Amino acid sequence: MNRKKNTLFWNVAFFAVIIGIGFFIYKASLKINYTWNWRAVPSYLVYKAQHEIDSPANGVVEKFKDGKLYLKSNKGKVIHIKIEHPVLKVGAVVDAGDELGYNTSYEPGPLLEGLYMTIKVSIVSIIIALIIGLITGLMRISENPLFKNLSTVYIELVRGTPLLVQIFIVYFFIGTLFNMTRFIAGAFALAVFEGAYIAEIIRAGIQSIPKGQTEASLALGMNYFQIMRYIIIPQAFKRVLPALAGQFISLIKDSSLLSIISLTELTKAGREVVASSFSPFEIWFTVAALYFVVTYGLSLLDRYLERRLAGDE
Amino acid sequence: MNDNSDYIIVAEQVNKTYPNGVKALRDVSLGVKKGEVVVIIGASGSGKTTFLRTINQLETIDSGRIIVEGVDITDPKTNLTKIRADIGMVFQHFNVFPHLTVLENVMLAQILVRKRKKEDAKRVAIEFLTKVGIADKKDEYPTNLSGGQKQRVAIARALAMHPKIMLFDEATSALDPEMVGGILDIMKQLAKEGKTMIVVTHEMGFAREAADRIIYMDSGKIIEMGTPEEIFDHPKTDRLKQFLSQIL
Repeated sequence: MNRKKNTLFWNVAFFAVIIGIGFFIYKASLKINYTWNWRAVPSYLVYKAQHEIDSPANGVVEKFKDGKLYLKSNKGKVIHIKIEHPVLKVGAVVDAGDELGYNTSYEPGPLLEGLYMTIKVSIVSIIIALIIGLITGLMRISENPLFKNLSTVYIELVRGTPLLVQIFIVYFFIGTLFNMTRFIAGAFALAVFEGAYIAEIIRAGIQSIPKGQTEASLALGMNYFQIMRYIIIPQAFKRVLPALAGQFISLIKDSSLLSIISLTELTKAGREVVASSFSPFEIWFTVAALYFVVTYGLSLLDRYLERRLAGDE
Repeated sequence: MNDNSDYIIVAEQVNKTYPNGVKALRDVSLGVKKGEVVVIIGASGSGKTTFLRTINQLETIDSGRIIVEGVDITDPKTNLTKIRADIGMVFQHFNVFPHLTVLENVMLAQILVRKRKKEDAKRVAIEFLTKVGIADKKDEYPTNLSGGQKQRVAIARALAMHPKIMLFDEATSALDPEMVGGILDIMKQLAKEGKTMIVVTHEMGFAREAADRIIYMDSGKIIEMGTPEEIFDHPKTDRLKQFLSQIL
């Protein structure tokens, strides 16, 4: 009972601190000479687009009915066209190509387009990184010196150089050699980088599985591939899931560096919007929030998977 | 020792030294006949477990030969997976697969190694789970089982491969005392059914009752070999006498 009261107090304290910090930031922001303009932000996420509708033929506007415009062409044919906002009146004479009116639709703004690109490049990267990580992780614990040394060199080189430099090398050197697009070069550079970390995570996970599991499998006549596929990796995967999720979250955040090779992902989109809107504070806060939505979503997915997989152990 | 078709396992002059310099096996030679139950006894570190593990090559050897069913398994060119499938092994620490249910534990190698159809593997699995008295737990995960129950699963898993030889590596050493009897009963039952078995154990009662032949090992060597009466009632060497006086 007492204990319960105590946690309630500290929970209230937590919210008080958060509100306090928010208030402090708000107060501080009033001191600088900056005009906040949050109203402009939504239009960079989603905007209402107008599509002009042109007349397909020469003729006369006959009538409007059920949101449609009926055009009687000079050849005597009646054509009906869906138009939400007509600009002409009944009886107007039009030539082919004249504007009849326009329709509107909601389209993703530059920030949402950027977010979409961030997610797309991250997913492609995660898949490649997992494959690289799995193979090099297995090579790393292999007894064959060729595999072992190759994977060690790869992991040490990648972990010992900055991602930004790697992105430049992949884009300008390898990308030029193999004629890669920005997207492919970017996804590949990220995957090569994160793959080295994933390899170490997978290596640690595999080595954490007791030797008896391999021995029992060998004694049953299973081969190396079967043991890895059916015994070791399923158990190791469960153990490294939190670390893997952390690495995926890093990858999503690191994808912001791809803006440097002009891949229009979320950060690049943010920079472009800032340049045209002159609202850097609002835009960068929005960009941060968009990243957070994605990474926190992944974090929740990880927690859900961990709980589901926990059932058998 | 000549290749003799009577022998299902032949070990010739087997030597092994661990990387830390410990000589685990010194000139161990042994022939096991089909249907024979051989029990290996000896103190900890005597090499009995190491020797058992060389028979399915979980442990490599430095020199000598081991021939199982006429195939030299110590030859690097031998396809071990095929031979191993014919040699069932039960471990001290069970080594059941924690991510699979009891039924899946027993089915997996049948499907992957014996290439049995799923329904056949399931039928065989339930047959052997019933035999070891744990069919009612078939949908449980191993974490919900006691040590004795896990060991029953491990035995069923090995038997379901229809092995020609069964190796038991201190199968009851990690069990609570009240679980030991049940596992030993299963092993005695298998011995009665004429399964070829090599058993490393500290259970002298089991050795006396079930063994056709007992081997006493010390510091990597076979010191004495004989029927249970010869070993327990008329030990010849001082070392065996001393060992028996310590444990009985």
